[in-house]
Order: sequence, then C-alpha cells, then structure tokens
Amino acid sequence: MRPYIREKKDITFDDVPENTSFEAGYLTTVNSGWRSDRPVIDTTKCVSCEQCYLYCPDGVISIIDGKAAIDYDFCKGCGICAKICKIKAIEMEAERK
Amino acid sequence: MANKVAESISREEFFYGHKACAGCGGSLAVRAALKVLGPNVVSVLPAGCMSAVGFNFPQLCFSNNSIISTFAGTASMLTGVEAGLRARGFKDFTAVGFAGDGGTADIGIQALSGAIDRNDNIIYICYDNEAYMNTGIQKSGLTPFGAKTTTTPAGSNIHGNIRPKKNMFEIAAAHDIPYAATASVGYIYDFIQKVQKASKIHGTKYIHVIAPCPTGWGVAPDATVDIAKEVVDCGLWYLAEYENGSFKLNHKPKEFTDVSAYLKKQGRFKHLTDEDIQIITASRDKKWEFIEKNFEL
Repeated sequence: MRPYIREKKDITFDDVPENTSFEAGYLTTVNSGWRSDRPVIDTTKCVSCEQCYLYCPDGVISIIDGKAAIDYDFCKGCGICAKICKIKAIEMEAERK
Repeated sequence: MANKVAESISREEFFYGHKACAGCGGSLAVRAALKVLGPNVVSVLPAGCMSAVGFNFPQLCFSNNSIISTFAGTASMLTGVEAGLRARGFKDFTAVGFAGDGGTADIGIQALSGAIDRNDNIIYICYDNEAYMNTGIQKSGLTPFGAKTTTTPAGSNIHGNIRPKKNMFEIAAAHDIPYAATASVGYIYDFIQKVQKASKIHGTKYIHVIAPCPTGWGVAPDATVDIAKEVVDCGLWYLAEYENGSFKLNHKPKEFTDVSAYLKKQGRFKHLTDEDIQIITASRDKKWEFIEKNFEL
C-alpha cells in the first residue's frame, strides 16, 4: 500500500494514541510547496525505460499506460529524473514564471 | 520497453510523502530496498535522517510495519523483532534495519557486531552519507579524509577531517558474516540485486550503500545520482561482495576518472590543496592494490 493523504478531522483527546504506535502510511500534508521547479514529461518522447521511476528518491513517478507520470503533490522538484532521462523527455520548468 | 529490474520489484511505494531534502540519497536507498523486500517487511530505524523524515506524527511515511529504535540498538532491536515474529508463528517476513553511517560505524557498532556474532536472520542496511547529517553535518567514523564538517572545519592549518574513513564493509566481513556487500545509489541495479540476494540468504546480512546528501556534501539536489556514480568511477568507493569467506569485486572501472574532479564538485572538499588530493589519490591506489591482491575480480 502506498501511504496516502487522510481526511482531516478534529482530534479529540480520546483519539490521541495511548502508546507510541499509530496507523502506518498516514499522511496529512503534501510536499508540493517545497518545489521551485517542476519536472514536465513529454509523453510523445517517453519510451518507458523506467529510469526516472527507479531513481526518484520520493517515488512520485509511476508508469501509467506505458508512460511516466508524476504525482505533483509529493514531487519536491529535485531534478534527478530530468538528469537521468537519456532521451531528454523530462524538462524542468519554473513553478512561477 | 520493459525494464526487467523494475519488473522484478514491487510496484507499490512503501516509503512515500517523507520530508527528506530534495534529492536525498538515503531516501532513495530506503525506498528501493523496501520495494525489493515487499509488504511483509518490518523495518527498524534508529535516530538519523530516515527516522526523522519518516515519522513526523501524524505524518507517518512508512506503510509497512516500522519502528524507531534506540540509536545504539538497531541490530539488537532487529534481533528482537525477528525472534518475536518467529515465536508468534509468522513465517513470511523480513526484518530489515536502516541505519546511517553514525548509527552503524560509531554508535551502533557493538549491537551490529553482536547480531552478526549470533547470526540472527536479519538484513542490516547502512546508508552512508558520510557524516551525521540529521543533526547538522558532524563528523562520523565514516567521514572521509579531508571532508569539511561542523566538527572538522577547514582552516589554514587543518584541512577538514584528518582521519580516513572506517572500513565498515571489511569489519562486518571479518565477523565471517554470511553475506556482506557494498553498493552505491548511483548504481541502483547493483544495489537492488544485492538486496534481492540478501533476502534469500539465511543469517545476518550487511549492505553498505553510499547515499550522497546534497545538503551535507554541498552539491545540487539533482547531482545525487551522478556523484554516487562518480565516487565509484574514480575509485574512492568500490562495489564488492563478501560471501562464503571470500571477497568478490563486482565492478571494475576500466580507467579511474579524475579524483580531483570528483572532489572539487563538492562544497565539503572545496578547500583541499593539491597535496591533500595527492594523499587521497595515494590512499585510493593503495586500497586498489589491496583489492587486486585479495578480491576475486
């Protein structure tokens, strides 16, 4: 299971865990705000070699219908994918132009 | 175009949404290893970057069972996890530890040594970013010669760290461990294949993976993979395995790339003089002499 964003709810005192364990894969915030550049995939060029998928430290790239796709909620814009892509199908674009 | 390595590991993500710096090598190592080992893995993490970025309550970024251990006790907690699950009748599981270089070579070394001595059925992965990065770049036992950290600053007299990197791989191998290996996140295929191999071996497994830290090394976030490749290509790190009592070199660069080019790319080595670089090159050549003599090539 991939950790996913849960619905925000007001936590009452009874919901606070009694010990230091809690549900696995429980996300409450996204990482998209960290990004100053975003990777953009040219799907006409992508040949699905999956290099970007294997080397992404955040695991935000998945292969959908034979093409790489990015989960922009959690991409931090490090640019490793754009550098690893041999056919230059990924380009970094500024978030604010 | 199908990628065989990508097909051989889980498509699921088990380490996701974490708060590691952009381009973090350690998180890449943890992510790849968990994808190899699958959902029935219990991971143990001591104090260090990966536990700091993975468990920010209520943001919990591991979807497998995962626990924070004491700093010194990664390997002993792995022993307990493995024994406990076995006692409860579980069969299909793996106990894996992810400790940083400080948590392995300095603080956690006695627990690791004990676990290897007992030959507990665990995998211990050391993601080596060559300093205590989580607390703000302090020197560890695995910081290489000449590196600038906050506790080994570069001045006009002393140029950063004065001691060489501890040889953790051979220390683990000296216990006559069933399987030990070195890897680099720059050669992720090699790393994935080593984790796959380790998961099939009974007994203690130790994998030492170089995981560059853009923040601590002073490189751009997108340079992580390139610099992790270059450290192998210039001969300052090597990809090897220890199994059945013998060492085996997995990757021999035809010709080493320039050591000073590798060093000068990084902020932590910017201050090095030509003399320092000569010392580093000489120690590399000495190491490779040893490798060529004692390792199966």
